Amino acid sequence: MSKSVSLITENYNKYNPDSIDEFINIGGFTGLKNALNMSSDDVISIAKASKVMGRGGAAYPLGKKWEQAKSVPGDNKVVICNADEGEPCTFKDRSMLEKDPFRLIEGMAIAGYTVGAQNGYLYIREEYRHLHPQMKNAIKQAKEKGYLGKNILGTDFSYNIHVYSGAGAYVCGEGSALIESIEGKSGRPRIKPPFIKQCGLNLLPTCVNNVETLAIGTALLTHGAEKYLSYGTSDCPGTKIISIAGNVNKPGVYEIPFGLTLREIIYDIAGGVPGNKAITLFQLGGASGKIGPPSLLDTPYSYDDLHKVGLVIGSGAILVVDENMKPLEFLHSIQEFFCHESCGKCTPCREGNKQIAHILDRLLAKTQKDTDVDTLIRLAKLMSQSSFCGLGETAQSALLNAIRYFPEEFGLK
Amino acid sequence: MGSVTETKFEVLNDELASKIDKILSENAYDSTKLVGILLDVQDVVPKKYVPMDVAAYVAAKLNIPLTGVYDVITFYASLSEKPRADHVINLCKSIVCKTNNYMDLQKSLEKFLGIKVGEATEDGKFALEYSACFGACDVAPAIKIDQDVYGKLTDEKLIEIINSYR
Repeated sequence: MSKSVSLITENYNKYNPDSIDEFINIGGFTGLKNALNMSSDDVISIAKASKVMGRGGAAYPLGKKWEQAKSVPGDNKVVICNADEGEPCTFKDRSMLEKDPFRLIEGMAIAGYTVGAQNGYLYIREEYRHLHPQMKNAIKQAKEKGYLGKNILGTDFSYNIHVYSGAGAYVCGEGSALIESIEGKSGRPRIKPPFIKQCGLNLLPTCVNNVETLAIGTALLTHGAEKYLSYGTSDCPGTKIISIAGNVNKPGVYEIPFGLTLREIIYDIAGGVPGNKAITLFQLGGASGKIGPPSLLDTPYSYDDLHKVGLVIGSGAILVVDENMKPLEFLHSIQEFFCHESCGKCTPCREGNKQIAHILDRLLAKTQKDTDVDTLIRLAKLMSQSSFCGLGETAQSALLNAIRYFPEEFGLK
Repeated sequence: MGSVTETKFEVLNDELASKIDKILSENAYDSTKLVGILLDVQDVVPKKYVPMDVAAYVAAKLNIPLTGVYDVITFYASLSEKPRADHVINLCKSIVCKTNNYMDLQKSLEKFLGIKVGEATEDGKFALEYSACFGACDVAPAIKIDQDVYGKLTDEKLIEIINSYR
């Protein structure tokens, strides 16, 4: 029996994503109708009861985020859907844009109604530009049918969705950098406070949600929180869309109940490692996520269980690396990525990444100085504590875990 | 084996200007849409870049400073102020494509095109560039030609795809 499930992804391959009629025929927009028949406080209660954590990577509770966004004073508010998934190995949001665009529109409308916004902005990374026409078409059809625009379904709620494109900048996944980009500028993060929930896009109160989070919102309002809570474990209920890739036989996007072990995910769902090779390490949540050794493969995939062993769910990416690659080579590759993607605004991230790359070069060439490993650890900690935004704060997650789980690679054993 | 040798300083002509006007009008001359506008503009400029006179034209039409346009062009990886080629081939070198040995794909690409990464073919047809992850990890190692993504390629398939852009 398959261990994957189908709740948030229930519509995948069930309808033609160019046709709103087909979406409506399989029950589409029921969630929005249900939401409009209740108060926004009721919607927030459902989100809270479901215990859904935000799926962009930071795992901020959805109910709390919507409640805060609603309570910020102001007649003019904004919802942003962050479809800038730039973490390497993360492609779950792409699957939603491709296969169920209307669910996302429905989720954005539900979010808009809940927090009291008049406009929603869908920020899609440039790398998914081929999906822009389908999204724009879906928005156009939703407007024609009265699910967007003025007085939606005869209520007082009016709401429009605008599509914006990124242009190849990982840092724009960070909320305030993304906002700068939607304002037509380079995507460098803003200083906080003010927080974007109070003063975000065009200085308006702004609620930023991930694609998957909004798609869950649709599921919650369509089926109720109980349905969502019936999956997973009692401590960590619900389902998660994961993207698994690297050295596995069946890379792809899967929806799983929380609580499966990493081993079940890698071997039973993703078909194991080609040639039955040994696993060197795995990384969860993209390049800024943490890495673990094969001895942790029996850890259940849940927020708490992973946290206990120093891992995070992050974006939901699972990268499997087999014995052909050593931990240092792995770190070297993702360090190249961060050197390229650091926006250069703050010194810890801009310089820290460069210096760490130099040291990793030397460690790989076995030409390191005596002080190099100490410097490496010091810089990695300094970056995580003093960088301007999440990029610099999390860039060394893998390195710090490598030092914990693969000390021999650094001559520390 | 050389790089593209576009030396003309004036790229903007009436035909290109009217194409740009159409893009600007589709975006309601909204300067907050600058990032997307420049991507669309870049697509209609031969050799896929934003020349200075085009940048100045866009700035004037949107009533924003030229420095604002360059702030965007120089920040984002997908925008170029230098001429590239008719088709840009992006080779992903991120960690997932590395675990799937993108290096072999790179060798094949360099052999078929007769250029190295960072160069363009002499006829100006193709530029080969490294790219960060574009989310095609399920078919790694992957390339992106303009907006089209291809993965899990044999040499035969690769030649066929490249020839389809000639």
